[in-house]
Amino acid sequence: MKYLKFTLSLLLTASVFYGLNNKLGSIPPIGKFLNPYTGVWQNETDESTTGTVPIDGLKDKVTVHYDAQLIPHVFAQNENDLYRAQGYITAKHRLWQMEFQTYAAAGRLSEFIGESALNYDRQQRRRGMGFGADQAIAKISEDPETTAFLEAYAEGVNSYINQLQPKDFPVEYKLLDYQPEPWTIKKTALLLMYMTKDLAGGDSDLEYTNALRMFGKERFDLLYPDFFDVIDPIIPKETDWSFIDVPITETPESELPLDSIRKTLDKPNPDNGSNNWAISGQKSYSGNPILANDPHLGLNLPSIWFVMQLSTPTHNAFGATLPGALGIISGFNNHISWGETNATRDVLDWYKIEFKDETSKQYRYGDDWKTVSFRVEEIKIKGKAAYIDSVCYTHHGPVAYDKNFMGDNKLTGYAMKWSGHIGGNNQRTFLELNKGRNYDDYVNALKHYTAPAQNFVFASTEGDIAIWVQGKLPNKWKGQGKFLMDGSNPKNDWQSFIPQPFNAHTKNPKRGFVSSANQHPVDESYPFYVFNDGFETYRNRVINNFFNSKETFNIQDFKDLHNNNYNLKAAELLPTIFETMDTSTLTEEELNIFNEIKSWDFNNNIDELGPSIWITWWYILYDLVWDEYDVDNVALEKPFSYQTIHLLKTKGNDEFMDIVETPETEIAKDLFLISFKKTAKSLMEWKAENGDYNWNAYKSTYVGHLLQALPAFSRFNLPIGGGGNIVNATSKNHGPSWRMIVEMSSPPTALGIYPGGQSGNPGSIYYDNFIDDWAAGNYHSLNFLQSDIKTEAVIDTQTLISN
Amino acid sequence: MKIKILNFIATLVLAIIFSFFLPWWSAMLAAFITAVVFSLKRAAVFFTPFLAVFIFWAGYSFLLANGNDFILAKKIAILLPLGGSPYLLILVTGIVGGLAAGVAGIFGKQCLVLVKK
Repeated sequence: MKYLKFTLSLLLTASVFYGLNNKLGSIPPIGKFLNPYTGVWQNETDESTTGTVPIDGLKDKVTVHYDAQLIPHVFAQNENDLYRAQGYITAKHRLWQMEFQTYAAAGRLSEFIGESALNYDRQQRRRGMGFGADQAIAKISEDPETTAFLEAYAEGVNSYINQLQPKDFPVEYKLLDYQPEPWTIKKTALLLMYMTKDLAGGDSDLEYTNALRMFGKERFDLLYPDFFDVIDPIIPKETDWSFIDVPITETPESELPLDSIRKTLDKPNPDNGSNNWAISGQKSYSGNPILANDPHLGLNLPSIWFVMQLSTPTHNAFGATLPGALGIISGFNNHISWGETNATRDVLDWYKIEFKDETSKQYRYGDDWKTVSFRVEEIKIKGKAAYIDSVCYTHHGPVAYDKNFMGDNKLTGYAMKWSGHIGGNNQRTFLELNKGRNYDDYVNALKHYTAPAQNFVFASTEGDIAIWVQGKLPNKWKGQGKFLMDGSNPKNDWQSFIPQPFNAHTKNPKRGFVSSANQHPVDESYPFYVFNDGFETYRNRVINNFFNSKETFNIQDFKDLHNNNYNLKAAELLPTIFETMDTSTLTEEELNIFNEIKSWDFNNNIDELGPSIWITWWYILYDLVWDEYDVDNVALEKPFSYQTIHLLKTKGNDEFMDIVETPETEIAKDLFLISFKKTAKSLMEWKAENGDYNWNAYKSTYVGHLLQALPAFSRFNLPIGGGGNIVNATSKNHGPSWRMIVEMSSPPTALGIYPGGQSGNPGSIYYDNFIDDWAAGNYHSLNFLQSDIKTEAVIDTQTLISN
Repeated sequence: MKIKILNFIATLVLAIIFSFFLPWWSAMLAAFITAVVFSLKRAAVFFTPFLAVFIFWAGYSFLLANGNDFILAKKIAILLPLGGSPYLLILVTGIVGGLAAGVAGIFGKQCLVLVKK
């Protein structure tokens, strides 16, 4: 009996121990997680921002002042100490996020999430994210100074990690039951790859190949023109390009392989983009140039940005940093200010590879066979054996699609040629911008920058404004890389790059302002080939019209423009619809909705009904126009919104307007009515379920935690207007991730805000404390301290000392 | 009665001391050792350590969360999901700790019975 009782109690204890010590499905290991001395209750606190902390490797004392927004103002005696401190401080507030993003970049999420992340991880490996990071490190290692700073940063992060006890780990580690690992230079390179993929990792070459095969060249060119009938490029149209003395690559004789492709890699969010602009002293209310930037990215918590002031006796920079990378990315110093938007250039092409045999060891190139190299990708999976994937690398790049991944032909594959694999010292650009004093310093800083190509806006206290479209951009022949190319023809390779000084740019243009919003960089007069890789066509025109509308502008004008909700897209189509659509068959309910949208002034404000009706209607109409694209097992991408609207307005009788599955022949005005009736039905259903469909409720913007918007750590139903293709580009979960306005007074005065908070800890009041002000369109003054002397703005001070 | 109080106090004190340097299961260890030293009978074998660790875990959790306005507790109570109630989360925390300690107490008692004859 006592043996039985003993055995039973042993089993009971063992199973309770096991049950509370291990993750069960998505439930965290509940004993580990909930106990108050090492579990999540230990995170119920703010990060410490006072006292003296010893840091390995510091040469001198570093003073860190915190203001009421928990922005650290870091004063170091030299740059090495500065970046060491940046690593330490960033890790203190954002460790989990820093690491998570690099895991995501490297395709290592399965390590702590399990098999459900395997498909994502495989795609990252197939894209060559690790390969690209290795190439970048090889390039950076030629630059001992940047390497030393990256190492100092890594050691700073590790000083923080090393002093952590398990009880101090950020909440997410406890939730998913894993631990932080040491930071390395590779992780910084991976983070930059993560940004490169997000901003320059998209292409439609394979989809376009399918479209070309299905519709033919003439129809293709109508659907996907290189230039639209109206464009307002970043670099003003009147720019003189006569200084460019390098010709465009000649078009070789080659045939396109018109393969049928079923499925392609996941694309980055098409809304990834941004606005930036700067006005000259003449256009400014005060005579000082004013600059603004707002990068549009996924709205996440912890935010992609962490705001800091980074100062040494020789420079003093302030602005938004990317946790994991060095220096200020979008910001200013005492002399200059800068900000970025995505240049959306086509720097990703696909080559068809013909293997010699099923071993995939050799592929045809010219009259010969070239040998592939294999990169063995080991994907560790939580609770399972590792997944091994060997990826073939050609001279183009990784064969992402082959018989082992998304392909079925044993003898062919598609290799990726991507500027993300070239290897660049992008980090150096930002280190130099942080120290820059004038236009020349800015231009020199940009020379190191490879990918993702960005439109770098600039303003200085000296009175200069400028914008450069910077990246390492292939000099393509007209049309190169629009479609899948034959990888065995050497003439199809990228032949050369556009010499950096010939990248499109403008300094102090006559019109008194520079701006960019992901639109066409140049018009057709630019000598090099610029492929329309999804340029934005609405925000830029609203911005430029605004700056052409009056003589001078002040800070309030800048704020108003950031928060401008004018829906130019709707304004360009709806009047045509109102004119041509037959409303005689509308029911009373439908007519009410029709009148609601008719009375709308095209502003996507939160209390309006119009934006909700418009967005519903637009998507239905768009899909109806392009019903020809609803084909199984063929990867396709529908034409751009701008061209769709252009066709609806000018070619309303085109064959494409017909709905294939109906016996009648529809034209544009029929589509308007059919789609409107569907819209009305959808809205009535929505209303019955959720109440009034005002834009606020209908859009219901949220900022989601990086772990698939875990509701507990996310913020929902934020009252903010705007939307896609609108200057205030806030859609449901995407939008202005950092809004900055800098006036180039001496010293500069700046405003900034982002939808998040400085702390990565959901238990801190600083986790999401900026969100309400951000949604309301408010800004915070950035306390640009001119020395390490404590001012009224300083709430706490922490001193970092040598260990 | 006295032995129950002794057991209770010893479990509580040991659990607190262990918590400074051992992981979460130190509460089980505390209950196990106490069960061997201050042997109890019947239901008290389970409920005395349960109560001691319940009070420690729930009490300490409350102190930590109260000092931070329950910001995180409210979120974890959505995550788990407990309707967003931090008090329910504290109750659950106490029960989890208590349960772990209780079964360790039973196991300690049975070990003692086995050795003692």
